[in-house]
Amino acid sequence: MPLVLTEEQEMLRESARGFLDEKAPVAALRKLRDSNDGTGFSRALWKEMAEQGWAGILVEEEYGGADFGFVGAGVLAEEMGRTLTASPFLSTSILAATALKKFGSKAQKQENLPAIAAGDLVMALAVDEKAKHGPAKTAMKAEKSGNGFRLSGDKTFVADGHVADRLIVAARTAGAAGEQQGLTLFLVDAKTKGVAAERTVMVDSRNAARLKFDGVDVTGDDVIGEVDGGYEALEGVLSAGRAGLAAELSGAGQQAFGMTMDYIKQRTQFGKPVGSFQALQHRAAHLYSELELVKSAVLKALQSLDDNFGMAGVFCSLAKAKAGDVAKLASQEAIQMFGGVGMTDEFDIGLYMKRIRVAQEMFGDHAFHADRIARLRGY
Amino acid sequence: MADLEQFRAETRAWLEENCPKEMRAPMRGEEDICWGGRRWKFQSEAQKVWMERMAAKGWTVPAWPREYGGGGLSKDEVKILKDEMKKLGARSPLESFGIWMLGPALLEYGTHEQKALFLPPIARGEIRWCQGYSEPNAGSDLASLQTKCEDKGDHWLVNGQKIWTSYADEADWIFCLVRTDSKAPKHLGISFVLFDMTSPGVSTKPIKLISGKSAFCETFFDDVKVPKQYGDNVPAVVGTLNRGWDVAKYLLTHEREMIGAGGGGLMGGRGAGEVAAQTIGVEDGRLADTMLRGRIASMEIDGWAFLLTLERMKDEAKAGKGMGAKSAMLKYYGTELNKRRGELLMDATGSDGLEWEGERSEDGKLARSWLRTKANSIEGGTSEVQLNIISKRILELPDA
Repeated sequence: MPLVLTEEQEMLRESARGFLDEKAPVAALRKLRDSNDGTGFSRALWKEMAEQGWAGILVEEEYGGADFGFVGAGVLAEEMGRTLTASPFLSTSILAATALKKFGSKAQKQENLPAIAAGDLVMALAVDEKAKHGPAKTAMKAEKSGNGFRLSGDKTFVADGHVADRLIVAARTAGAAGEQQGLTLFLVDAKTKGVAAERTVMVDSRNAARLKFDGVDVTGDDVIGEVDGGYEALEGVLSAGRAGLAAELSGAGQQAFGMTMDYIKQRTQFGKPVGSFQALQHRAAHLYSELELVKSAVLKALQSLDDNFGMAGVFCSLAKAKAGDVAKLASQEAIQMFGGVGMTDEFDIGLYMKRIRVAQEMFGDHAFHADRIARLRGY
Repeated sequence: MADLEQFRAETRAWLEENCPKEMRAPMRGEEDICWGGRRWKFQSEAQKVWMERMAAKGWTVPAWPREYGGGGLSKDEVKILKDEMKKLGARSPLESFGIWMLGPALLEYGTHEQKALFLPPIARGEIRWCQGYSEPNAGSDLASLQTKCEDKGDHWLVNGQKIWTSYADEADWIFCLVRTDSKAPKHLGISFVLFDMTSPGVSTKPIKLISGKSAFCETFFDDVKVPKQYGDNVPAVVGTLNRGWDVAKYLLTHEREMIGAGGGGLMGGRGAGEVAAQTIGVEDGRLADTMLRGRIASMEIDGWAFLLTLERMKDEAKAGKGMGAKSAMLKYYGTELNKRRGELLMDATGSDGLEWEGERSEDGKLARSWLRTKANSIEGGTSEVQLNIISKRILELPDA
């Protein structure tokens, strides 16, 4: 498949850009932050996005979705990265939709996918337990209890964890922390007795939560995929999430870069635009090159998810590692080139640095994915 | 589409029948390239036969028009031919500066008669060309070149010196940038001129590099007489007199793409990780030297993303989006990446990699190629020049 967007995907980008610029500019995130909004996103806006087909971008048409594929989802994530739009798109429309679509039972699909596509159901994926990502390190217990399981343990860094109606939880039904074997994915209603959520206000003013599971009972019907064999499904879901985050990072990085270029063309010092100085030009040109590499890696990851889902993991790791690294560089160079005003809360550029820092950490930073790639390459 | 499928089937059958077995083995290195030319000694009968058969079909230059010795193939057909050659493991039958650079320049700027005279011998591997661009005092600032080309009525008189002329000592003809107007602003007094390297007054001297023997030469012109015309409507000058800079710029874009693409070659062959695993050892699935491991992995991530970028640029070009100044980005990134890889391979091989002579190291093959990579970000326009091009042409940053 050629590494370019199709005409349909280009059109999706155009319409997404128009929509977001009008309804969800960076000012919208500021408003949520400054008003200490408890939900962390606008439900009305999310409903509008659902009407555009975004909430169900991955959902099949028979369940009321747009079935636009991962490239389509990536296009939206990238555009939302440009505007720093807060929404449950990653948690619900990418992570949960992928888990249910690829690994869910018919009943689970019927119950959840139409509600996701309609924008009526918010879901969250609970994986991490420690400060650094590592799905195989999952220690949370799911002990056999009657016909079902009883979940006990803590989760952290759960995007939309405090507002989700339902949770997808990775827990250990066998084996020990560090082993891939023995993991199982569970679908848990957030209101179930024993589930407690604490919102963690993060540097990027976007949603995250710590979750506590204190003897939470679930049934066998709540298992997504195979008991003890959930690692593969989890990796598939995480791959989709990593590609989505990489696309968002690409958008945020490109936007930060574009804002910086506009600024250094008009900011004058020593009687000249600072953008005329070679000391800045060469750094800008280097960053431009890096961002081009990110675009290629991200598109390849998204296309791989559509073409050969089971084999896409390594490309998603590549995209996540590269996009995280380069977006960080873009935000760092941005603040330096903006100079003093870049440090002020009034200017938007700092908000990009904050979101990029969080997104590059989620589901594995550069080091996590570089380690993974090195292992695959045998060193 | 049905036509293309038929073309694919025919091409496959023809290649199967005509590509000699010996020409289906991967090239060991530059020494296996067939360059052609008057003085060319074929490495084997198979190399000769393969070149001649491909040239007879016009497939040494498949995209060139048939009347100039090419295959007259469409973009899609060229891709099919390349695909099928790759599947068979068929070597390229002929490479040369004539194919890569002079050909595209003549096709763009030449008269019909210039094309008819010069292109077919390139396609048949009969004439080997070299490129006379850089001078001792004109490197990054190429347009300040001083090689003089004076109008003597019935001929031109060329005096001056070129440097970094690859294979000047083996080439038959040269395409050369010369100053035809010394009073005009520097970009507007340059012409693109063609002449025979056996002309009296031309001499060459190979340049030894820090990596050892090289293809580079110094080339001297001492009262070289160049005919004004090689036939009816075949001037020695390509394009308009004093507007050779336009031709040169057009060609530099080609060269940048080629050198940039070389950065992709990186990922083939043995990776730095594999080499390091062998020398240093692996513990619990991880290279024993964890600091080096991280650096290699980061380089490989960039290398991979770069390869995908080459692929994307090609696909965008096919979809009708011109590459334009983006070739500067490929040249910059590809060559810098190659240097990084060279450094990491040296780190990975330790003292073994430092051996310079003897069979064990194949006469310092690794150390020499590490040193050679240092030229990548200088030749064909330095990294700094590429960054200037990106700044001005793509980012549209203001002039100082």
